[in-house]
Amino acid sequence: MARLGPVVVAVALLASACSTGGTRRQVTVFAAASLGDAFKAMAKPFADAHDNYGVTYNFAGSQQLVAQVQQGAEADALATADQATMASVPAKDRSGAPAVFARNRLVIAVARGNPKRVQAVGDLARPDLKVVLAAPAVPAGKYANQSLTKAGVKVSPVSLEDNVEAVVTKVGLGEADAGVAYATDATAARNVDTVQIPDAYNVIAEYPAVGLNTGSQRAGGQQFVDFLRSPSGQAILRRFGFLPPK
Amino acid sequence: MTRRPPLAILVLAGLALLLLIVPVVGLLERAPWSQLGHELSEPEVRKAIGLSLVTSLSAAALALLLGAPLAWVLARVDFRGKTAVRALALLPLVLPPVVGGVALLFALGRNGLVGSWLAHLGITLPFTTGGAIVAELFVALPFAVITVEAGVRALDGRLEEAAATLGAGQWLTLRRVVLPALAPSLAAAAALCWARALGEFGATITFAGNLPGRTQTLPLAVYLELQQRPGVAILLSLVLLALSIAVLFLLRGRWLSPRRA
Repeated sequence: MARLGPVVVAVALLASACSTGGTRRQVTVFAAASLGDAFKAMAKPFADAHDNYGVTYNFAGSQQLVAQVQQGAEADALATADQATMASVPAKDRSGAPAVFARNRLVIAVARGNPKRVQAVGDLARPDLKVVLAAPAVPAGKYANQSLTKAGVKVSPVSLEDNVEAVVTKVGLGEADAGVAYATDATAARNVDTVQIPDAYNVIAEYPAVGLNTGSQRAGGQQFVDFLRSPSGQAILRRFGFLPPK
Repeated sequence: MTRRPPLAILVLAGLALLLLIVPVVGLLERAPWSQLGHELSEPEVRKAIGLSLVTSLSAAALALLLGAPLAWVLARVDFRGKTAVRALALLPLVLPPVVGGVALLFALGRNGLVGSWLAHLGITLPFTTGGAIVAELFVALPFAVITVEAGVRALDGRLEEAAATLGAGQWLTLRRVVLPALAPSLAAAAALCWARALGEFGATITFAGNLPGRTQTLPLAVYLELQQRPGVAILLSLVLLALSIAVLFLLRGRWLSPRRA
């Protein structure tokens, strides 16, 4: 019996870790990769405004997040980078109707100083440029394709990255000459300059958020969604280059 | 007479077995069996399978070509810093593959340490099939080194001495005595390297990027299709599962019976 002592202690510790998890209850938020910086900056203001809650994030491509929710991942709120992906969340998993809380626009990311002199969308078709796009499976890739189609530009990318931040990273490292990314990602990156895409060819991304039933903190999830649309949430989003919802 | 094992051990062993079986069953249960033929003939699926075969077989061949001599040196030559060299050779085994990918990017990328020099020679690796092969080679190499090194250690040195006494030169001894004796180790190393190369994900997507037909190998296709067409992702997973089972079949004499080393 004495030998079982450590096992009993370990099980008890595990059980207590599961039940309390510290003084604050943690709201689990699944969010599109492009929201990473802004949402991280929101963690403290959100916690300060809600004494009961802290926030834990899971950042990934929007489609990946929805797939995780569908497979039963425990999440209290979901923020995606497009409406179509949000629409694929089963109604039974959502605690309300998704609401747009921010918008984003596409830019061309180039190396600092724009050494390859990329001036316009049409330049992306230049054979001397290594262009990376996001994969069509992720919203940023879908928007980039729409934008390039509108501009009538045919691009042969060297890679279709699995998330939009990888696009900016490859440009920042100098491995690719140009990429199409969100203004927010390109602005946040240190070694990257941006070339604007005119409104006529641009695709404005709309970010919806919704509370979920799949986690343990349903009320906290809804409070996080409400915080996104509150003045303090909006101020933070603006600081990271997001446009306000229409 | 075998004694009845304690109940606690049986229960834990059963749990371990369950953990291994359940994911495979889950995959098989969701497989779109009726559309299998139709989806296998899709161009993207065929591209990913073809590319994975090309890159993984090339990586396994290169891993043997480079790993076997290193294994021989580690087994037969005494030199200072041997422990460090062996640790280095095993590093990709414990390093997260995505870190390997980042390291490869800084070393062999267009602006990398060696890559900038390669660029002058007109060789670029990131975003090319060659880059995917290098990423797979990086993670597969340790398997060649450890497997062949064990094989070389187990060699009977007297055979080589006898060959030398009979007047055989070093090359002749290598070809007619050492390599045939090492054949089982080399075959096992090839199968292990191939399996590891085939499953490579992190280093490939980080270093070589993701473009169908050029760098989008099976695991990358599984990951991206899961976001768009889960049925295709499951199908590609089944292909990888079948290939993995084939590797275990190749290794059956070595691994599936415990007595042979």
